[in-house]
Formats: sequence, structure tokens, C-alpha cells
Amino acid sequence: MKFNIDKGFKRILLLLLSVPLVLLSLGIYHGLMQTLYRSGMISQRTFAALDYYQGLTLHGVINAIVLTSFFAVAFGHACMSYYLNMKVRNSVAWLSAGLMIAGTLMASWAMLAGEASVLYTFYPPLKAHPAFYIGTALLVVGTWVAYFDWVTMYIRWKRKNKLVKTPLPVIGTLVNFTMWFVCSIPAAYELLVMLLPWSLGIVETINVPLARTLFWFFGHALVYFWLLPVYVMYYAMLPSLAGGKLYSDNAGRLVFFLFLIFSIPVGVHHQFGEPSITRGMKLVQSILTFGVAVPSFITAFTIAASLEYASWRRGFRGGNYFGWMLRLPYFDKERYLFSYLITGLILFIFGGLTGLVNASYTLNSMVHNTAWLPGHFHMTVAGPVFLGIIGMSLYMLERISGKTIRLKRLAVVVPHLWMFGILIFSTGLMAGGLRGEPRRTNLGLSYLNPESPLFRPDWVLTTGMAVVGGVIMFAAAGLFFIVLIDLLLVKKTETSHLEFPAYEVLHDEPRVGILDNFRPWLVIMGMVIALAYIPVFRDIANLTGPGAKPYHPENPVPLELFEQPNEEIK
Amino acid sequence: MDKYELRIITWTGILLVIFLVSVLRGVSKYATDLPECIPYDASFTAPRISQLDDSTYQVFMLAQMWSFEPDEIYLPVGAEVDFYLSAKDVVHGFHIAGKGVNMMAVPGGINKTTTKFKEPGIYPIVCHEYCGSGHQHMKAEIIVNYPKEN
Ligand code: HEM
Ligand SMILES: [Cu+2]
Ligand SMILES: [Cu+2]
Repeated sequence: MKFNIDKGFKRILLLLLSVPLVLLSLGIYHGLMQTLYRSGMISQRTFAALDYYQGLTLHGVINAIVLTSFFAVAFGHACMSYYLNMKVRNSVAWLSAGLMIAGTLMASWAMLAGEASVLYTFYPPLKAHPAFYIGTALLVVGTWVAYFDWVTMYIRWKRKNKLVKTPLPVIGTLVNFTMWFVCSIPAAYELLVMLLPWSLGIVETINVPLARTLFWFFGHALVYFWLLPVYVMYYAMLPSLAGGKLYSDNAGRLVFFLFLIFSIPVGVHHQFGEPSITRGMKLVQSILTFGVAVPSFITAFTIAASLEYASWRRGFRGGNYFGWMLRLPYFDKERYLFSYLITGLILFIFGGLTGLVNASYTLNSMVHNTAWLPGHFHMTVAGPVFLGIIGMSLYMLERISGKTIRLKRLAVVVPHLWMFGILIFSTGLMAGGLRGEPRRTNLGLSYLNPESPLFRPDWVLTTGMAVVGGVIMFAAAGLFFIVLIDLLLVKKTETSHLEFPAYEVLHDEPRVGILDNFRPWLVIMGMVIALAYIPVFRDIANLTGPGAKPYHPENPVPLELFEQPNEEIK
Repeated sequence: MDKYELRIITWTGILLVIFLVSVLRGVSKYATDLPECIPYDASFTAPRISQLDDSTYQVFMLAQMWSFEPDEIYLPVGAEVDFYLSAKDVVHGFHIAGKGVNMMAVPGGINKTTTKFKEPGIYPIVCHEYCGSGHQHMKAEIIVNYPKEN
């Protein structure tokens, strides 16, 4: 089924898909640079006008916040209108896109001006320019605006289709944004009520443990916000791309609703090493984190079963248990989207397993804040999430612009090369992390500099491995940009439209009321969050000391005593 | 739900229970646990080392931009140390690789963990949270009876 789109909607989608892709060139460039600094090949604070930590802030903000939220909104617009066969209100979509772009521009200015080298987690007492906080908040509010419109669409649709199963991609999109809306309220509070007045000097001090906890209330759900659009692709599109059908549609519904419950009340697993939260609550949230493993295992099974079914339809005749894996169209240039999704899925196996290590309470002490962590999450956010985003962006751009890519072979090579690169890159980082290599550190200045008293010869090999992987990933991303730029040069041959791979289900069970109704899940969600977080906030209120004054990242003297830190240091 | 789905749900349940039991067993058998948090008290933020008896020490560690205080800690083999950690300015990290000592130093919070040094050697302490432009230069070490005295 083709869904024709009008000019306004086409422009909105093009804008939302291309703004982050343009910024991504900077994000990817600095990814490679980070591996070079970390290996000691660059032993400087700054290279080509970008400071290490300034570049790392850009890398995190662009890749993990701007790219993911722009894509989630664009893909959400497309799923809501395509699967409900209804129009998104262009005026609202423009408002949403406008806020997101304005916010991105403000935050980018602050980062590029070197006024916000505080990394994408913006932990106080390091202080950024107020434009960074306002910009980030605008970006988030822009996504809310799109979500509000989708909710009204869904309500209108449901009124007319009471007993029709809501299409799975619509459930996925709404679950994702509901979770996102709830989790970003505390983040907005942190940004606008705590950080902004403090950065403007209106308020003198800030409660650091509280700010960190509000951030991580948001932070774990953030990683699911990255992931769920890709889950929609895995459930609704991957089976038919492979030549099969989705094994069970109710499994998919259950999985999405479980994410509504388990995504938020687990944020403390990022704070295992922190004071002001007692061990009891850390253990409770660690166990809840294992709860998230349930939807992940259901997904692993359902998708594997769907792919196996595809394999039988493609001529697999049994024999051994894993033989079906060989029968999938990994390199079929006529369906490059399959390659992006399957390579992401393969990486996600390792990403998920290493994630279980991180979640395992005391085991976390072996890896927390070491290079293990970026090793792990490049197999999630730079794995399935990133590959799903760029593959689907290419797929949607083709249809929205009415063109077809010419460099199909190259488009298929990209995800395989990227996966190969990541596997080397992450192995290097994780091995280094187990030897104590810290993350978020310009290692080349000290630990990987033979002249420094801090030199660590045991990290030479692991950081070198990350360089090798990083170069391969960089090359893969370069090829992707070539495919994309070539698409710009192609002539339009079709009208602008949206179309997704067919959604077909093997066991098409009847509608189950509870799997088609948000209300009970929202109630459980609220209760679990309250149980998991009220004691945490009480701990913080009881255990925390005085608040903290703002600091500029380049100066150990509090800002109030020293207003122009930049000039003095250089 | 078909029989394969039921089977996979059962296996998932069993697997998760095994994981959980291992986590809890790790805590009890190896007597390791996450850091303990102590109600804030300014007296914990004064950097110092104090010896309680032959083999028991307290180290009050203050992390700041961009150093640790104290930054050289001499201990005998077999010393058991309570580390109390706090931060003077921004958030810092405190990591002794291989010892499972891994804490955040957060302004306004006091963190505590206990560990035993059974092997002689030099144990570097690394700040593993970004704390500004000098982050990579933060340095401290624990020197456990090294080189070996006879
Ligand atoms: C050429 C490709 C890439 C390379 C070589 C690369 C390399 C790196 C390295 C070495 C780090 C760790 C830096 C440090 O902790 O000191 C890092 C951090 C990170 N990367 Fe990437 N990366 C790449 C692509 C991506 C992509 C595509 C994403 C997400 C879509 C991503 C997301 C992140 C995030 C969120 C961080 C954490 C930033 C922080 O700790 O503040 N990266 N990257
Ligand atoms: Cu998490
Ligand atoms: Cu530090």
C-alpha cells in the first residue's frame, strides 16, 4: 500500500531526516578522533580547533540525542499516518520541528563556541552556557508537541475502530513516546528549574545527588527511546523483508507494554557507585532491570522464530538447528534494509549480554565508568539503533523524494562493514575497560603518553584495537554518505509517498483487550515508578549535604571567584 | 501462546533466577557489596589517613580538580582499609582496577567502601568521571609494602 503525502508533510519529513544526518558527519568525525586521542596517536588537548571534551560532548549530543530524537519523531509521523491511514496535522508538525531545530541550533552554538564542554549528561557542578540547557529543553519539548498530536489522532481512530486491533507500529510508537514524555518531565525539571537559574547566577548552589538522580530517571528510558523505533522495524518489517511473517503479533504488543512498565524504574542502575542512595534501593532497581530482560528474551525468540519461518519459505529443508540462519538474504541488494536490520540484531546479542553484566549489582563495580561501557553501548546505540536509523532514513528518503538509490551494492556493504568495525572496536574498549582504562578521558595526554608518569603500557594494545575498529566504522559511514549524496543527484521518477514492507502475521490471534488498551499499563507504570523512586528521593533528602557552586570545566576555582576562566588558562 | 512460546518463557524465567541467585551469592560469598553511603558530615571531608590497629586503616579521600588528597598511601601487606570518599568541587571517580573498588565522588555525598590488600604492589587510583580539562592528570597510588621488605 502506498500512502501519498502532500508537499508540506514531505518537507517536514525531509527536514527531520536530513538535519541530524548533516550534523552526524561531525559526530562521526569526532568518533574517529576520540580513538586516536585515546591511543596516544594524538597527544594534545585540541586538534583542528576542537578540544577533546568539546568534541566528545558534540559526539554524545549529536549521535545519541539529536539524531535519535529527530529520527524518532520523523519515523513516528510516518508510522502514525501510514498505519492509521490518517493525516498528521502539518501545522503542529511544523511547530514541533521548529522547536527541535531551534533547540538544536542553540545547543550546537554553545558546544561549538566551547561554552558547553560538559558532555551529553551535563552533570553539575560543571556548568554550561544557559543556551545549552535551554536548547536541550526546547529539543525535548518539540518532541512532546508531535506526541500530543499523535495521541489525539489515536483517540479519533480508536473511537471509530473500537474492536479493531490497533496496528502494532502504532502501539510501539505511542508506547515509546508515552514513556519518553513521562521520563523527560524530571529531566525538564532538572534543566529548567535547577540548572538554568543556577547557571544564570540567580540561585547559588545546586543539589548534585538530586540532579544526577533526576537525570538518570530520564537516562535509562532515554536508551529505550532510542531503541523502540528499531523494535517497531524488527516486529513490523523485518519478517516480511526476510520473506516470512511475524511469528506472533500479541507477543509484540506484550513486549511494548512491558517496556512501558520497566523502562523508567531502573535508572539507579547507573548510580550503583554513588553516595546518597542506599544499597537496598540499588538492589531493588537492579532486580527490576532484570525485568527488562523479559521483553528482550521474548523479542529474541519471536524474531528468531519469524526469521526461521522465512528461511523455510526460502527453501530451507531442515537438518541442523542453526542451518536456517544461512538462508537469509544478508547481501540482497534489492532489499538493503534487511542488511541494516539483521546486522544490528547480531550486534544487539552482544550488546544485550554485556548489558546484563552492567546491571548485575556488584559486577557493575568491575566495569562502571571504564572503557567497557562505551564498548557495550556502541553495540546497542551505535549497533541496532544507529543501523536501523540510517537504513530506514535511506529507505524513507527514497520514497519521500520519489527516487531510487543507484549505489545499491554499496548500500548493502555499509552495515556489514560497520558491524565488523564495531566488533573490533568494542572488543578493544571492553578488554581495556577490564584492565581499568577509564571512559570519557583524553588518554593520549597522560596514560598513553610514554613521557607521562601516568603511562600505562598495558593499555597500548587495547586502545590500538579501538583505533582499528574506529577506522573501519569511519570508512563504513563514509560509504553511507556517498550513497546518500548520490541519491541527491538522481532524477525523481515517482510521486512522493510513504511505504513500508508489508506487515504479515503467522499466528494471527484474535484481539486481546488488555493488549490493546493503554490504561491498565499506565496505572501499573505509575505504581512501579512510585515504589522504585519515592524511597530513592527520601534517601537523597536524608543523606545529602550542602549544595554545590558552579565550576567552569577549565578552572578549578569556583566561577563566582573567577569570572573569565578562558583567558587565564591559555 | 503456543508450546514453543511457553517453553521459551520458562527458560527465560529459569535463566533470570540463575542470574539473580549468582548475584546474591556473589555478595554473600565474596563479601563484596556496593559502596555504603553515609549521611553527610563535614568531618568526613578532611583528607587524612588514620591507623586503627596493626592492619586496619581509614583513608579519608578528597577528590578535587585535578588531584586526590592524600595521593600516596603506604600500607603493609594484608592491610584492610575503609575508604571514605568525597569531592570538593565537581563530580570525580575513584577506581582501583582489579580490586572492585569503584565509587563516585559527589559533592554533598559521602561514600564508603572497604577492601583488603593481600598482595604487595603499587595500586594506581584512576579518576574515571570527567571532571574538566585536567581530568586525565588526576593521580594517586596505594603502595603496599613495595618493593618487598625482607
Ligand atoms: C566512527 C564511528 C564511531 C567511533 C569511532 C566512536 C568512538 C567513540 C569513543 C572512542 C568513545 C569513548 C570516548 C571516551 O569515553 O573518552 C565514544 C563515546 C560515545 N559514542 Fe561513539 N563512536 C562512533 C559512533 C557512534 C555512534 C554512531 C553513536 C550513536 C548513535 C555513538 C555514541 C556514543 C556515545 C553516546 C558516547 C558516550 C559519550 C560520553 O561518554 O559522553 N558513537 N565513541
Ligand atoms: Cu540503563
Ligand atoms: Cu577527577
